[in-house]
Amino acid sequence: MPDIIFRDGSIRQNQWVVVPRPDSGESLNIPGHQRALIPADLWLAGREHFVGREDIGVWFDSHDEPEILADHVNELPLIAVNFPKFSDGRGYSIGRLLRERFGFKNELRAIGDVLLDQLQFMKRCGFDTYELRPDKDIRKAARSLNFFSQGYQAATDTDLPLFRRRAS
Amino acid sequence: MYVYDEHDRQMMAERVAQFRDQTTRALAGELAEDEFLPLRLQNGLYIQRLAPMLRICVPYGMLRSVQLRRLARITRDYDKGYAHFTTRQNVQLNWPDLEDVPDILAELAEVEMHANQTSGNCIRNTTTDQFAAVQSDELVDPRPYCEIIRQWSTFHPEFAFLPRKFKVAVNASEQTDRAAIRVHDIGLQIVRNEAGELGFRVHVGGGLGRTPMVAPVIREFLPELDLLTYLEAVLRVYNRYGRRDNKFKARIKILVKALTPEGFAEKVETEWAHIKDSPTRLTPEAIERIQGYFTEPDYAALDNATDLLAQQRFENRGFDQWLQHNVDTHKKPGYAIVSLTMKKTGTPPGDVTDRQLEQIADLADEFSFGEVRVTHQQNVVLADVPQNRLLELWQELGPMGFGTANLNTLTDIICCPGGDFCALANAKSIPVADAIQRRFDNLDFLYDLGEIDLNISGCMNACGHHHVGNIGVLGVDKKGQEFYQVSLGGSSQHDASIGKILGPSFAQDDMPDVIAKIIDVYVNKRTDEESFLDTYRRVGIDPFKERVYA
Ligand code: HEM
Ligand code: SF4
Repeated sequence: MPDIIFRDGSIRQNQWVVVPRPDSGESLNIPGHQRALIPADLWLAGREHFVGREDIGVWFDSHDEPEILADHVNELPLIAVNFPKFSDGRGYSIGRLLRERFGFKNELRAIGDVLLDQLQFMKRCGFDTYELRPDKDIRKAARSLNFFSQGYQAATDTDLPLFRRRAS
Repeated sequence: MYVYDEHDRQMMAERVAQFRDQTTRALAGELAEDEFLPLRLQNGLYIQRLAPMLRICVPYGMLRSVQLRRLARITRDYDKGYAHFTTRQNVQLNWPDLEDVPDILAELAEVEMHANQTSGNCIRNTTTDQFAAVQSDELVDPRPYCEIIRQWSTFHPEFAFLPRKFKVAVNASEQTDRAAIRVHDIGLQIVRNEAGELGFRVHVGGGLGRTPMVAPVIREFLPELDLLTYLEAVLRVYNRYGRRDNKFKARIKILVKALTPEGFAEKVETEWAHIKDSPTRLTPEAIERIQGYFTEPDYAALDNATDLLAQQRFENRGFDQWLQHNVDTHKKPGYAIVSLTMKKTGTPPGDVTDRQLEQIADLADEFSFGEVRVTHQQNVVLADVPQNRLLELWQELGPMGFGTANLNTLTDIICCPGGDFCALANAKSIPVADAIQRRFDNLDFLYDLGEIDLNISGCMNACGHHHVGNIGVLGVDKKGQEFYQVSLGGSSQHDASIGKILGPSFAQDDMPDVIAKIIDVYVNKRTDEESFLDTYRRVGIDPFKERVYA
């Protein structure tokens, strides 16, 4: 499995596999010996069964509604959000909602078409790990995460938009 | 005018460094073309028919003379010595080399300019009235709110990959709307409620292009301090639910229509309720701080130069015409607002040479506190000219080519670059503008016709705003031939409306005649008081149809 980038730019081994949504009629195929991310709605459907398991997390697709897990986010060790195409910006809103609206505290991961030039936006929207697309040079990630030393807006990373910092 | 502080300067420098890095990686093949595309678009770089085009941001149309001089130098050093004022108050270069763009951006940054978010599916330059702060009928100066929106929308981490581009316009004048707010994704009209509090009437879902729409009101009154949280709620709803499967249905106007304005407003209100009191909520101090940059220039205590001007007008007919048409009333006694028209017959509307940019800079320094404003009609405004120096200014303008006294007349045409420059064009637009200007070269006749907006686009993307022209001209492709469809009755004012198509399209050579016939009908049907639009609205399209297709 490709390595994972952390928000501080460090690179670590990936422990999680993404289990794709099963075709209709098929059942979910969770690998026995590995930590697994399953579609969020399926986790919810089998919640009594999954809750408390440190080796099961969920993933949202970009058109999914994170609202379905509103009261349960912190029952999960990891939530991933899929960017099916890097230019599909819905995942940024999902990230902020999970963090700022539903108070998710554990690991939030960007998966899918994750490229270098979007990493800092993801970081600002609450993502703390990133599964870079394998053809991209992971050594350049630290620089991409920190192109900007500050931003104008409040977001998940700061409660202080520039207009509030200027005032203080 | 706004001046960068160390925060703005730092972020703009970082942006230039970032784009330099991205360009290097693109040229080295580390970034695929489709991966580089949105990055370069969000830095203003659009690749079109003949060369890349660089769209430089002019926040809400304001430019200082040093910036104009730097633009002149850039067009000379990196381009072919001319630039183009666009219909979104920006400036465009038509021939830069991709490799040079990072250097151009660095040169711009030195004078506090940039090309951020001038293209691409993100929040674009916020535009406003070119007469902001110098006219008497506005509630407050709209520019501080534009600057607040500029800062909030710049590099916004959540909204850099929207379904489609997103444009906000602000208007503060009660009588007129020079910013065409109702054909923007968000149009903000500054208003006071019954309690006298300042706020915004929020229109969402206007736009031109393939599916032109006038924006409905989705909130009658938004308190001033709630501006950014509410914008954030609108954008979040759009980012999540706007269509991404079909580029032609991706603008927010389609979402507003699909949900109905009421349904859309409800979704926004629900979202907003959660973030209304978030740290993004503005503070009075934050607004005052930005307003502090937009203080009045150092006006002298002058009286209106009524007698002097009367005498000068009497002695000089050309000056008289210019004063009547290109000069507007200023809120300060003794001052005037002057529009420099970039519409001289023989020059594409909005085009200026490097030398002319420098001349405009000199005029600004000499006559108007070193500042100018770009208008969405592709003209340039000197907002603060002492009345007793108008004659002198007028005498200088003539030889420069900015003195054509046709402001707001039929030949003050808004025109996109069209087939001469643009890869998406169905037809050329500049030669049509030129032919119409040549046909209507009698100023007295133009004045007699009064205000008429004639807008031309080379394709349905509508860069030339043809839908909201009183007369709109659209280039269409008919079996490989360039044809032109005419529409009547559009308006971008408070009473905004989309023009109605007259009928089958015309060949290029016929266009001056077609326009002449339309004008004929107006002249025959009008009453003393009526403008072209009034007459059209009263008599309808049929008399025009009958005459043109007779
Ligand atoms: C030269 C190459 C150009 C290209 C390829 C181009 C392309 C486009 C496209 C594709 C759109 C439609 C997007 C949409 O609404 O879905 C558009 C809209 C627009 N363009 Fe251009 N453009 C060019 C130049 C210009 C210039 C020079 C101006 C200013 C004179 C301009 C002003 C506008 C405006 C105001 C709109 C918005 C219309 C609306 O509200 O929908 N464009 N352009
Ligand atoms: S309206 Fe069409 S032809 Fe004109 S500039 Fe826009 S895209 Fe090009």
